[in-house]
Amino acid sequence: MMYTFWIILTGCLVGLTCGIAGSLLVLRKMSMIADAISHTVLLGIVGAFFVSHSLNGVPMLIGASVVGLLTAYLVEVLNKSGVQSDAAIGVVFTSLFALGVILISLIGDQVHLDTNHALMGEIAFVPWDTMMIKGQSYGPQAVWMLGFALIANVLLITLFYKQIKMSTFDPQFATLVGVPLTFIHYLLMTMVSFSTVASFNSVGAILVVAMLIVPGATAYLLSERFLHVILLSGVIGVIAALLGYGFSILLNVSIAGSMATMTGLLFLLAFLFNPKNGLIIKKLSTHY
Amino acid sequence: MNAITVQQLTVVYDKQPALEDVSFHVPKGSLTGILGPNGAGKSTLIKAMLHLIPRKFGHVNVFGKPYTEQKHLIGYVPQRREVDWDFPTNALDVVLMGRYRQIGFFKRAKKEEISWAKQCLEKVGMLAYANRQISQLSGGQQQRVFLARALAQNASIYFMDEPFAGVDAQTEKAIIQLMKEWKKEGKTVLVVHHDLQTVEDYFDHVLLLNKKPIQYGETQRVFNLNNLEQTYGGKISFLEKSPVLIQGGE
Repeated sequence: MMYTFWIILTGCLVGLTCGIAGSLLVLRKMSMIADAISHTVLLGIVGAFFVSHSLNGVPMLIGASVVGLLTAYLVEVLNKSGVQSDAAIGVVFTSLFALGVILISLIGDQVHLDTNHALMGEIAFVPWDTMMIKGQSYGPQAVWMLGFALIANVLLITLFYKQIKMSTFDPQFATLVGVPLTFIHYLLMTMVSFSTVASFNSVGAILVVAMLIVPGATAYLLSERFLHVILLSGVIGVIAALLGYGFSILLNVSIAGSMATMTGLLFLLAFLFNPKNGLIIKKLSTHY
Repeated sequence: MNAITVQQLTVVYDKQPALEDVSFHVPKGSLTGILGPNGAGKSTLIKAMLHLIPRKFGHVNVFGKPYTEQKHLIGYVPQRREVDWDFPTNALDVVLMGRYRQIGFFKRAKKEEISWAKQCLEKVGMLAYANRQISQLSGGQQQRVFLARALAQNASIYFMDEPFAGVDAQTEKAIIQLMKEWKKEGKTVLVVHHDLQTVEDYFDHVLLLNKKPIQYGETQRVFNLNNLEQTYGGKISFLEKSPVLIQGGE
């Protein structure tokens, strides 16, 4: 019973945390950077292990945000020196990810972290990896990390809401009136890194991209206000997690895979039926 | 008194000079039209003056002090197509962005700021659309939202990048009305413009630009066939005393 509860809670927290952070990337037309950071945090996690010799939450969060920011920074540098932005992202994230893969194979016999796990995650193991303090267990580590990332996201968005909105809509005007553009950019990259590393154990590097981008893209089709896109994106992430869990139990298939599939399904529904410019509504209105 | 002094401003794109050694002074209270053929660097010039793009060289002073210390005096109307109008927000919210400095870093807009923004919308005839999603506005209406945002800034110097491009008659009237009002209030206005026929009606000063400044001065003195031919490369003819661009315009 407790086991099921932890898995559902973890899934919902992944949906909420990634949905909120990812919607900002979608609005800024920077979805590809989510793909990059979700892979390069692997290097951060392995790097954190080399420094702290454990797979503990705090070093992992630090390592992931350092590498996440490094990814965003390198992409920016390459981009400014004339490399096309999609190529810059492709070069940076594959190199840093590859470095992470090499390091993992070096320490593979010391930790239960392998490349397969890193790519796909395994939410079913989450409840057993608990936070231990002085021999006492305080619930799954993933839940603690996700809780932290969620609070950080909500806090930062609340504090810098205006700045995030203005720099997304009209960056040049925002600079002119004194919005610190670079600071906001790296703030978002930190939020994405936190969300990614906290979700990593549950859904892995590839499926976390679905949790980051698809709810945001879906909410974008359904809302007319900046705040609504962010909130709705979180809600869609949670719905996808719940539906995905149910689906996986029903068919006895991968939980994380089902959750990601559900985000895609919800997107498809919004794409076809949204009242603003859904495909079906358009077809109907041209016929009648 | 000079509102703006530009000295030796130089901008380079991909090793090609986009602006070469541009220097001029803009007197306070003047209405300046920036003219030149496509690719002459008109938008580049105002963006470089506003430090929105990297500069190779040059200085910009505003009322005798470096631009970076005087940013709060500047209002800006960018080209309409430079932002994504599908962005999920409404007209009032865009205008409130013009009050960012007054609202404060961590604060939310108070009632006074919202009523200020609404007055600005009313001035350009857009109050009825305050809560309208911006993607549902026509091109002219979107331009007027940008005008209202600049108005909300309550600046001393206004930069406008092709505000007349592709707008309806009502919007054109609103822009002219605002420019006149700003001039009356002693504000300085710089406008990137490409319709040569309206230059003499709208502007008291003209900057003729083609990567380098060809001429700057009062419209009466500077805006003549000789200077225009130099700027546009001999593609100009005068019809009924109004210069008409034969080729190379939009």
